[in-house]
Amino acid sequence: MTTAPPKLDKSATAGEAAPAAALHTGTSDLRALVSRNLRQSGIYVAFVVIVALVAILTDGLSLNPTNVTNIVLQYSYILILAIGMVIVIIAGHIDLSVGSVVALTGAVSATLVIKQGLPWWAGILAALAVGLLIGMWQGFWVAYVGIPAFIVTLAGMLLFRGLAQEVLHSVSLSPFPPAYGKVATGFLNGLLGGNGYDAFTLLIFALAVLGYAFSSYRTRVARVRYQQPVESFPLFVLRVVVVAAVVMWFAWQLAHARGLPIVLIILAVLILAYGVLTKRTVFGRQVYAIGGNLAAAQLSGVKVRVVNFWIFVNMGFLAGVAGVIFSSRSNGAQPGAGNMFELDAIAACFIGGAAVTGGVGTVVGAVVGGLLVAVMSNGMQLLGVDQSIQSVVKGLVLLLAVAFDVYNKRRAGAAR
Amino acid sequence: MAENILEMRSITKTFPGVKALENVSLDVRRGEIHAICGENGAGKSTLMKVLSGVYPTGTYDGEILYDGAPASFGGIRDSEHVGIVIIHQELALVPYLSIAENLFLGNERRGRGGLIDWNLANAEAAKLLDEVGLDENPVTPVGQLGVGKQQLVEIAKALSKDVRLLILDEPTAALNDTDSSHLLGLLRRLKERGITSIMISHKLNEITAIADRVTVIRDGRTVETLSLSAGEVTQERIIRGMVGRDLESFYPARESSPGDEVMRIEDWTVWHPSQDRKVVDGAGFSVRAGEVVGIAGLMGAGRTELAMSIFGHSYGRNISGRLFMHGKEVRPRNVADAIDAGIAYATEDRKKYGLNLIEDIRTNISAAALGKLSQGGFVNGNEEIKVAEDSRKGMNIKAPSVMSIVGKLSGGNQQKVVLSKWLFTDPDVLILDEPTRGIDVGAKYEIYTIVNRLVAAGKAVVIISSELPELLGTCDRIYTLSAGRITGEVPVKQATQENLMALMTKERELVA
Repeated sequence: MTTAPPKLDKSATAGEAAPAAALHTGTSDLRALVSRNLRQSGIYVAFVVIVALVAILTDGLSLNPTNVTNIVLQYSYILILAIGMVIVIIAGHIDLSVGSVVALTGAVSATLVIKQGLPWWAGILAALAVGLLIGMWQGFWVAYVGIPAFIVTLAGMLLFRGLAQEVLHSVSLSPFPPAYGKVATGFLNGLLGGNGYDAFTLLIFALAVLGYAFSSYRTRVARVRYQQPVESFPLFVLRVVVVAAVVMWFAWQLAHARGLPIVLIILAVLILAYGVLTKRTVFGRQVYAIGGNLAAAQLSGVKVRVVNFWIFVNMGFLAGVAGVIFSSRSNGAQPGAGNMFELDAIAACFIGGAAVTGGVGTVVGAVVGGLLVAVMSNGMQLLGVDQSIQSVVKGLVLLLAVAFDVYNKRRAGAAR
Repeated sequence: MAENILEMRSITKTFPGVKALENVSLDVRRGEIHAICGENGAGKSTLMKVLSGVYPTGTYDGEILYDGAPASFGGIRDSEHVGIVIIHQELALVPYLSIAENLFLGNERRGRGGLIDWNLANAEAAKLLDEVGLDENPVTPVGQLGVGKQQLVEIAKALSKDVRLLILDEPTAALNDTDSSHLLGLLRRLKERGITSIMISHKLNEITAIADRVTVIRDGRTVETLSLSAGEVTQERIIRGMVGRDLESFYPARESSPGDEVMRIEDWTVWHPSQDRKVVDGAGFSVRAGEVVGIAGLMGAGRTELAMSIFGHSYGRNISGRLFMHGKEVRPRNVADAIDAGIAYATEDRKKYGLNLIEDIRTNISAAALGKLSQGGFVNGNEEIKVAEDSRKGMNIKAPSVMSIVGKLSGGNQQKVVLSKWLFTDPDVLILDEPTRGIDVGAKYEIYTIVNRLVAAGKAVVIISSELPELLGTCDRIYTLSAGRITGEVPVKQATQENLMALMTKERELVA
């Protein structure tokens, strides 16, 4: 983490172009570009460094196809929680209850499917509905009664944990029917054949890369039409090629292993959807405005209560999604499920560049922050590091990431 | 003993780029009530901060003689040690602690073993409360008292520190008439006990009622010291001293041709959100298309509160009165309604209430009218950039691009971003609260030019300002506001700083 502040990174993360504002068409000096990009995308650099470090320490074991697949499967629910959490944090709130919500939604789903014998999709729908209801409950207290989110969700943490135990009568339920388990552990494989390398997976990724290249190009063209600064053309091509190469390498690894995990599709859809929601919609803008300066947002006509309410409804929904995936992965529901998930999700957001004071953060940043922790934990597991030491390392990384953010803010303040 | 308890000689205090005080001298006689008058920003508070050690010795030039001996204060504690106590406009009490706890905060009454002796503390507190005429139990939490009583607690606290020179900064600004007269009575009683007071105030009727001598400060310099015994302390004389400067000639000329009425308010009354008093009391004014109307008032007159309550009830409670846009009554209940009704309000504190400082120019400009840039909830980012770019060029915002972070711009450029934001909502009436506060002369001229351009395009503009020359230089008509009431309406041709200041300080007779 010797590089720099991800906090001002607004555009480069949402999958669109324009890495640097002050660069002018064709005149970009490579050094300026590198230094500015480093400053704006410290989290990505840190991620690459960690991945490389772990790969070296494990003699490349961490990059082996099965392990790459495992990381995605194992941390997907934390990443999904982080997507919702970063929106909560950008608006200047916090949600401590998501771990308990994961437990409760999983418990409801398991009770319906395992005990009552309802079909697998009924369990999923019920879990999502419970998540939405919980979101409305917490949104009501935060937005309309005006109780700090810290308190509301701390209460929720106890409340929903207790309800989860109540629903399960404090015993675990398992197993789910196989169809339910597919959500978290299923793969799309062999749909188009392929010789040990799943052609379908490669095709999907190739389409995604093409889509990325095309939308980047369109954004660039539009920016030029509106006479906005863009990076020089060779740099643009270089960037697209690098991203494409990394993504296709990842696809190759997956195709070589078990194919395309269904969870990854869900995750990708969520990241895309929420990337667009936060960056391109009125709602997303209002979230940033509230977190950046609540009073100014209010005086600009933002209906703060309504926005806050929906932020929590959304968080509840995503916690429901995470509940489904977690229960599916663990093939059952436990009263103690999702314990400490909220802290992992919150850590992912802050490592990914969200500011403690609100107004700053990105969905992609939070996901990369979560992946960084995932790769690190996974690497330490491969190396056989003690659980206790793993915890110490995670704690230090979080502390350093936020200290870095604070340091940068102070420096920016002094420069003013 | 010297006749003067305090002499401040040629005090000069410089902030980066600004000379806040220049060769200010002040002498205060033992046992008198000495008032300090001046416009907002004249340097009164800075002078008191120099005196009380907030700005320690060495950060200013000049000399302070206290009790005839040179004094050098390294901080508030040093000045309090010799009996100088300052009571700020913003009271420094802890609302959840009791009166007694507040009185002895940092100065606790210790008993055996270093523990606090609460019986002693409460007994002493009761004595002090009696001295200031406050009939409250010392264990009552301060937050349960009104502002007037809290003010008395502050004075009791000063007495507990054996105060000899009491400084009050705008003590009655937040008080109602009864509390004010009570406070003034207390100052007289303290004077009889030999305690000297320095009082900063805008309320000239109070000053003429209570002060022995008055020092007038203007633009960081002493104008004169008036003495009651020489019959010099009159409101007219003080006003002349406060405003006595030429109208500066940096206001761009403008043809005035007002059209139809755009906005009118009638009988507008607003209550303080937490205290039991009216902040705006039956105010009424109107503004026409192509017209600039000024609202002149001193600090605490209710200017900002008036504007914010009109702007979608963003301030106060129990708001009553009628608001007409183009002759039709509207009832905007929130800011979004007000924007829809064609009202825009640029706040006096742009950093705190106007801008998202950590975001770029583009998002700040679009913040109040994102709906115009979006379809089905999706923002058209390219259109947004174009709008921002147009504003940057049209307003001459000095920044490398519209992606520049607003917090890094200068005050003048930030203000242009605020104006751009509100112009993009396409308002019919634009209320500008202290539009040029804290920005340099060049940027001021640009802001005035922008205002003129808007008016020429048929917008109605309301300017709230405590700088009278600014109002005289830009407005067609000026309303004066005092203690929440509109006390006058003056066409700019007949307006002078003197008659405006007289109206701005006009209040009901004090309840003696």
